[in-house]
Order: sequence, then structure tokens, then C-alpha cells
Amino acid sequence: RKTDRASRLERKKQEKDKEEDESKEEDSCSQQNRASRKKNHQQKNSDGKKAGEEGSRQRERGKKAPTKDQKESENKEKKTNKKEKEGDDKQKTDRKNSTTSSSNSSDEESLSEEELAMLMEQVEQKKKLIATMRNKPWRMMKKLSVLREAQAFVEKFEGALGKGKGKKLYAYKMMMAKKWVKFKRDFDNFKTQCIPWEMKIKEVESHFGSSVASYFIFLRWMYGVNLVLFGLIFGLVIIPEILMGMPYGSMPRKTVPRAEQATAMDFSVLWDFEGYIKYSALFYGYYNNQRTIGWLKYRLPMAYFMVGISVFGYSLMVVIRSMARNANESTADGDDDNFIFSWKMFTSWDYLIGNPETADNKFASITTSFKESIVDEQESNKDENIHLRRFLRVLANVLIICCLCGSGYLIYFVVKRSQTFSKMQNVGWYERNEVEIVMSLLGMFCPPLFETIAALENYHPRIGLKWQLGRIFALFLGNLYTFLLALMDDVNEKLAEEDVVKNITHWTLISHHNSSVGNGSTATPPPLDPADVPRGPCWETTVGIEIVRLTVSDILVTYITILVGDFIRACFVRFMNYCWCWDLEAGFPSYAEFDISGNVLGLIFNQGMIWMGSFYAPGLVGINVLRLLTSMYFQCWAVMSSNVPHARVFKASKSNNFYMGLLLLILFLSLLPVAYTIMSLPPSFDCGPFSGKKRMYEVIQETIELDFPLFVAKIFSYVANPGLIIPAILLMVSKYSFC
Amino acid sequence: MGNKQTIFTDEQLDAYQDCTFFTRKEILRLHGRYHEMAPNVVPMDYTKDPDVKLPMQLIINMPELKENPFRERIVESFSEDGEGSLSFNDFVDMFSVLSEMAPRELKAIYAFKIYDFNTDNFICKSDLEKTLNKLTREELTAEEITLVCEKVIEEADMDGDGKLGFADFENMISKAPDFLSTFHIRI
Repeated sequence: RKTDRASRLERKKQEKDKEEDESKEEDSCSQQNRASRKKNHQQKNSDGKKAGEEGSRQRERGKKAPTKDQKESENKEKKTNKKEKEGDDKQKTDRKNSTTSSSNSSDEESLSEEELAMLMEQVEQKKKLIATMRNKPWRMMKKLSVLREAQAFVEKFEGALGKGKGKKLYAYKMMMAKKWVKFKRDFDNFKTQCIPWEMKIKEVESHFGSSVASYFIFLRWMYGVNLVLFGLIFGLVIIPEILMGMPYGSMPRKTVPRAEQATAMDFSVLWDFEGYIKYSALFYGYYNNQRTIGWLKYRLPMAYFMVGISVFGYSLMVVIRSMARNANESTADGDDDNFIFSWKMFTSWDYLIGNPETADNKFASITTSFKESIVDEQESNKDENIHLRRFLRVLANVLIICCLCGSGYLIYFVVKRSQTFSKMQNVGWYERNEVEIVMSLLGMFCPPLFETIAALENYHPRIGLKWQLGRIFALFLGNLYTFLLALMDDVNEKLAEEDVVKNITHWTLISHHNSSVGNGSTATPPPLDPADVPRGPCWETTVGIEIVRLTVSDILVTYITILVGDFIRACFVRFMNYCWCWDLEAGFPSYAEFDISGNVLGLIFNQGMIWMGSFYAPGLVGINVLRLLTSMYFQCWAVMSSNVPHARVFKASKSNNFYMGLLLLILFLSLLPVAYTIMSLPPSFDCGPFSGKKRMYEVIQETIELDFPLFVAKIFSYVANPGLIIPAILLMVSKYSFC
Repeated sequence: MGNKQTIFTDEQLDAYQDCTFFTRKEILRLHGRYHEMAPNVVPMDYTKDPDVKLPMQLIINMPELKENPFRERIVESFSEDGEGSLSFNDFVDMFSVLSEMAPRELKAIYAFKIYDFNTDNFICKSDLEKTLNKLTREELTAEEITLVCEKVIEEADMDGDGKLGFADFENMISKAPDFLSTFHIRI
């Protein structure tokens, strides 16, 4: 009996505490009000306390303990009653009400300004409560009843507030607000229905935990972004050109040259993206520089330029928005040493795990992790030879820098060689694809090499992982930029060549006119067949082709690595284990673990290449969308069939913002080459939508001069002053960083 | 949109959407899951708010909870009568708090309740020992357990009363990098 009463008293005390918390909460909400409403609040507070006391007195009399929500609804009802009374300004005596604070007119219908404002404030409070209801830590029954009360209150008094001036407008505003809320809710429902692969990710999560699944969530997000980019490019550039532009074969730039026509359909030629593919809407060179096309007068060159810029703009916006959304969960330093054991105890179990085997693994890894931390704790005064450690770390860094320089030089050398190859005849398959092969091999073998060297450094695994990621990042970046530099040499060569070809074309056309017209006649000469016109080297298409080939080879290498490195390995371990000397499953090859950071970095770099290449090869984004789609299914299958959950889990980052930050960096780095070529290189004279102009951005000037009224051009010429633009950019940046 | 379902009234669904982080479709799916655990007991028609509770034994055998060492505590923390039987409201509430969209503060409140085995509003040494035993399936020696529990109290106890109050717990968990991703159940 005693324990019964004790527990009841305890519960009563808890509930009273919670009650006070609640009234304090509502109090703090309304602290924003003017001082004149203080009396009201004091009353409310005392009401709350009185109700609490009332409730406890009731219980003491032996009645059944009212449930929390009953008391709440009692409370709420009393509050609404009080407000009703104040609104009506009736002076009713009540054991709750001492005095009302309203001192104005006693007219029932017209409310005074002060009361109106007060009422509106209370309605706003209730609305805020409704909006944040799901964040409240109450039982569901209580949430539902409080919600009902609040909604009833709001509905009742919205009508009252509408009396007086502006009643119709207010009612209209309220109705629109309600419709908007409903629309947003329906839209959110619709959006969540559209999210694909939810069940697949859940399966991966329950087998492998949240860190592996985070890769697939990232992949899905990338797929969404690429889908939007694809829609932009496809709808605004490719489709208009195909539907309304000149067809294949009508112009030199759209036709396969006579010399290549014999082999243009061969598979090996198509695989290299030459032949018919090169002269199609997938690449820059196909597009005509006609200012408007079709009966819609669609300005294609302008559209091409604007879409190119908006690809970067949209990606930037989406990445920053995602980072901002993740910013709440990003907290203080994840390497904080202050809470090691506490975090191990309370955050190491992954609630997503639903598979018995994974759970066993998890229990084992948690136990191991505790034991290690205990050992570390007990030996925290270990004597360490600092000098040796420092020497080894410096040595490791030197070795790695050598590797990076070596790989950079190798790529430069190979790209130079491929240029000489392209001038030769009879090149074998290897010579044609040497660059891509070398880059992929470097990307495959250098990271494990770095890991072996890093064993010298003896860092804590989390820090070691960060160094490893940083080095892989430097490797990929270095490779990409070396590749680009070598490509730039190529481009400059082509530009020089262009002048020569321009002359040749000019003289060829003249000689053709002369020969076909004969002497003296003034008839118009038959046009030269487009396949015979001598062509300029068209460097943009070349750049586009190179990047597309690199992307495709990267895709292939990734898939083959997964197939061989994971699947074949798993088959080997499973089936050969019966007849092998040592235990394959526990010993050397064993099953592979899913390499999260490697895969995420691969995805990020792939996206960087897409951003770089999409201006010169509009079809590239379509290829990427296909790649991401197949990747999702392929990698899900590979993970479920051939991988085992991690023995130890070390997340590289505190939050997803680490990878988002990398993505942002890559976005800027891939914007640089494109911006450079747009600003400072002259476009080819005979291919692409900007042919004939001195610089690509001149298309904007042209559009403004010809399509907009005169004063707009004047305004733009004033606004385009650097003195105005720089402060404007700084202002926008500072505004964004403060919000 | 399509009002073909007769399980809930529209007002009920709207209220659920306001009180949880779920969309309409997810709430209906949750009802399906709740129903299939005990098809004879759980009615298909919830428009009259029937008073049906499912016992703890059924809930902790759900695939999402089956392997979780804290499954009994989770269910107890969300059950209204403290015994572990969940009505549909509590069921929805539980998965709403454990879903991806719930904010850190809300999750911290319930995490505290879950790890507080003796429900005295403090995580004391015996609670820590029980948590540790569940996490390691009792593979640690008694010495190691004592050491770990003492370390935890040393790290997180700010007010020096030898046990973790909610403020201590929240202070510690708000800085944890993995909390949001591990304290998450997808349904």
C-alpha cells in the first residue's frame, strides 16, 4: 500500500512538474506581448497552478487519477472560457477568475483595439502550437486532444476577429491560408510517394547498418539532381535542335566528312564516339549558329548558353540547400575526446539493424570496441618515442607526394603520346584507349598503395581515414587537372590549325564555284556537297568526346571492379573453401566489405566530370542518368550478395556535410575550366552554336541588342560596370551567409 | 486525394499528420502493419476510435525491433500504461519519434526514457550496467563493467550527483555525431 501511495505521489509530482513546465512554456511564448498583458498572464499562471492543485486535491479525495489529457482539456476549457468571458467582457465571478483586465467597452459585438490585438495574439499562439504539435514529447492521446482544442479555439475566434474593419479581407486571407496549408500537405504526400527505392534501401539498412545505406541515399539524391539537369538540357537544347533545326546532312557541320564515311558505322568507331555519333546532337559541333530557328523563333544559341550556365547555377543551389538542411545535425568536433565512453554506450547500437547475422556482428564489434577503449584508458600513460613517430610520418608523406607527382607526370606523358598516335594511321585498340586505361588503373591501384604507406603513420583510425580520403581526393584532382592541361595544349594546337583550314575552305569554295559555273555565266553555282567541304578541327567537340570517353571508361572500370573484386571473390571464397589449405572465409581473401568512402568519392568525381563536360557534350548528362540508374540496382545486388557488414565502423565524417562540402569544391573546380574556355577562347569557325563569333559570351550582347528594346541595352551597359558588379556579388554572398 | 479508404475519417488522418512526422500514406501503411500483427483483435474500421491495445510480446517480435537489445524498453517508454501494451496511437507515436524527420531534442527525450530502466528519471549506475550488459551480451567482466560505468558518469555528470539527469544526458547526446543516424528506425 505504501509503495502504491508513494508511486502515486511520485507520479503526481511528476505531472505537476510537467504542468508547470507547460504553463511556463506557454508563458514564454507570450512573453513577446506588451506589458499591459502581464496581468493576464499572471492570471493564466495562477489558473494553471490552481488547476493543478485542484486536480491533485481531487485525487487526494480518492477519485480515480484523471488522465493527463483530461486535466489538460479541463485546463484548456477553463482558459477558453476565461477568454470568452473577456471577449464578451462579462463580469462573472468564478472561483477561477479573480479580475479581468479588460477595462474597455462592454459592447458585445465590437471589440476594442486592445482586446482585438490580445485575441489575435492568442490565436497566433494556438496556431503556432498546432504547427509544432508533432515536436512535443507528449503521449499521442494528449497531443490529439490538445490539437482538437486548439483547432476549435482558432476556428471559433477567427470569426470573431473578423468583425470590424477589414472583415472580408481577413476572412479571405484566412481561407487562402487554409487552402495553402492543405495544398502543401497534399504536395508533400505526393512527393513522398514519388521517392523511389525506399524498400531497397531499407533492406540494405537492416543488413548493413546506416553507414552503408548512407551511400545509397546519396546515390539516390544524385540521381534526382541529374534527372533535373537532364530535363533542362534535353528539353531546352536537344529537342528544339532536333525538331526545328536543320536535319542531318544539310550542312557541313552536321555531316560525316567524305573521308570518314566508309567507316562511320563501324562499332569500333562508334565506341570511340567518332563516326555518326560525333556528328549528332550529342555533341557541341552539331548545333547550328542560326540566331532563331523554326516557326517559334526559338533562340537556340542563347538557350544553349543560358542552359549551360543554369546547369551550374541549379547544382550550386541544390548543394547549398542540402548543406543548410544538414547543418542542424552537424555539431561540435566529432573527435571530441570528452565523451568517448558515453557515446559508445548510447549511440553505438544501430537501431536500423533487423538481420540476426548483422546483429551478431554488431554485438561483437561493440564488445571489441569497449575492450579496446578500456585498454587505451588503462595504458593512457604509454611511453612513446615521439621522434621515431614524427620521422615515420614525414617519410610517409614524402613517399605519397612522390606517388602523386609520378602519377601526374605519367598522365601528361600518356596524353601527349595519344596526340602523336592520333596523327598516325593503323593505331591498335590499346593506343587509342591508352589515356583512359592509364587513368583508371591509377585510380584503382593508388588508393591501396596509400593505405599501405599510411601504416607507417600509426594514427587513430578515424584520423587515418581522413588522411586517406584527403590523399585520394588529391590524387583524383591532380589526375583530372593534368589531363585537362594536356587537353588545353591540344586545343591550342587545333586553334592554330583552324586558321590554316579556314584558308583552305575559302579557296576550295571559290575554286568549286569557278569550276562548276564555267566561263562567263552568271547562274548560281550548285552548292558543294556538305560531305566534301573541308572541315575545321572543331576543338569543342574534341574536348566533349574526350570527357565522354573518360566517363564511359570510368563507368566500365567501376562495374568490372565490383564484379571481379566483390562478386567473383565471394564466389571463389564460398566454393573453393572446401578444397583449400587454409580457411578462406576467415583468412586471406575472405568476403569484401563495402568501401563506403571510395564509392562516395567515385560518385563525386564522376559528377565533377559531368559538370565539366556537359557544356561541350549535351548528351553526357543522359549517359550519366542511365549510369546512376543501373548503378543503383547493380550495387544493391552486389552489396546484398557479396559483401559482409563491417567489422569496425568508423564514419569519416560527423555529418553528411563533409561529402557535400567535397561536392561543392568539385563544382567550383569543374566550373573553372568551362568558364575559362567561354571567356577567353574563340569558338570554332564552322561548328557549334557560337561559330562566327569572337567569343562565346557575345551571344548575350547580340540578344540584348536585337531582341530587347533600346533602353534595356543602355541599362545593361551601365550595370555591366565592374564597379557595380563586385559590390553586388559581395552583398549577395554576405546576405546568404548571414541567413 | 482518393478517398477510397474507410479505415480512418479524413479528420483523423489530418490530425495524425499534424501530430506525427508521417504522411497520409505512411499512416495507412502503419495501420496495415498494426493490423497484421493481430488480425482478429485489431479492427479495420478505426473511425470510432476503438480501444484496442496489443501486448508487448507481439510488438517486440516485429522485424524492425526483433534484433534490438532495447526493444522491451522502447515499447515500455511509449506505452501509456507503462506495461508495454501499445494502442494504435502509441504505435504511431513510437515510429514517428524514431523516424528520420524527428528532431534531435525530441529523440533525446525519448532516448533518456528508454535507457532509464528503473524509470526514476535518472540514469543511475544500475541503469548503465543493464545497458552495457544488453549491448555486449554480458561478455565483459565485472571489473570492466564497473570501469566503463564509472567513466560514463565521470564524463557526462555535470551536477555531481553521481547519476545522469536529463540535462546531463542531453548535453552529452547533443554533441554526439552518430546519435541521429543510429537512433532511427525505418518503417
